[in-house]
Amino acid sequence: MLRPNSLDFPLFLHVLGAMLLVGALVAALTALLYAWRGGDGSATLRRFAFRTLLIAGIPSYLLMRIDAQWIYDREIGSGGKDPDWVGVGFIISDLGALLLIITCILAWRAAKKPTTGGLARTVTVLTGLMLVAYVVAIWAMTAKPGA
Amino acid sequence: MSLNDWLLFLHVAAAFAVVAAITVFTILVIVGRRIDRPAEAVAVFRVGDPANILVQAGTVLVLVLGVWLAIRLPEYHPWDGWLIGAYVLWAVAGGAGAAAGKEYMRIQKRAQELVAEGRLEPSPELRAELHAARPLVFHLVTTAAVLGLLVLMIFKPGA
Repeated sequence: MLRPNSLDFPLFLHVLGAMLLVGALVAALTALLYAWRGGDGSATLRRFAFRTLLIAGIPSYLLMRIDAQWIYDREIGSGGKDPDWVGVGFIISDLGALLLIITCILAWRAAKKPTTGGLARTVTVLTGLMLVAYVVAIWAMTAKPGA
Repeated sequence: MSLNDWLLFLHVAAAFAVVAAITVFTILVIVGRRIDRPAEAVAVFRVGDPANILVQAGTVLVLVLGVWLAIRLPEYHPWDGWLIGAYVLWAVAGGAGAAAGKEYMRIQKRAQELVAEGRLEPSPELRAELHAARPLVFHLVTTAAVLGLLVLMIFKPGA
């Protein structure tokens, strides 16, 4: 399947942003899983997870989402019904934005607590959910169901 | 979904695993430069353990599946110039990545030894290790090679 060369640069930025976002989520999730049981270093790991989501996760998300819109406006959104894979991408990325913001706020609160508790565990589950959702998005973007 | 669709998905997923792992390592390199307490280094560097598995599995899979796709798809050949460039960058990334990993694992082990000895105060030795140029250069070469691979995969020059 071929695409116009003019889309290469926004696609590069879109894919790069998505890859960095997945990396940030993997880093945060790993830290949160290690912090799950509490004990030595759990406060450090919760702080690490919050900062990773805030400083790496949000900018990566913006890079991915803004470039997705750039590609959509130039090549896909010229009228008619969107292919299914585009819809899947939009649903996951837009709900992902909401989830990322909520997770960041909860992670900030969890980082301030002296011990790992329900809040930190909620952040762990939400971060894991985002990661699973983005794997589904990768599948939709590559397999392009309904194309 | 055809076999080619599956191969493409798995190839891209493997590439995501590699870049995600490099991102984790980059975060650890940046965070590590602000750490001088052995216990903190031990806690934070554990985050790199799953990324090590991701990068090793992803590096092999991305190459195998990529070559398989190039053989199956009529518009590409495994000997195309942009793919030969990709093989070179893959080898550079693999070599530099392994060297960087060895360096950071040595630092992680030293931090663990300091904790085991009960030396929990800020360590000038650990700080110096985490600020050393050699592991950072290996990591930057790995990152640049992987970025170059991504550029080749998207722009496909000459294809």
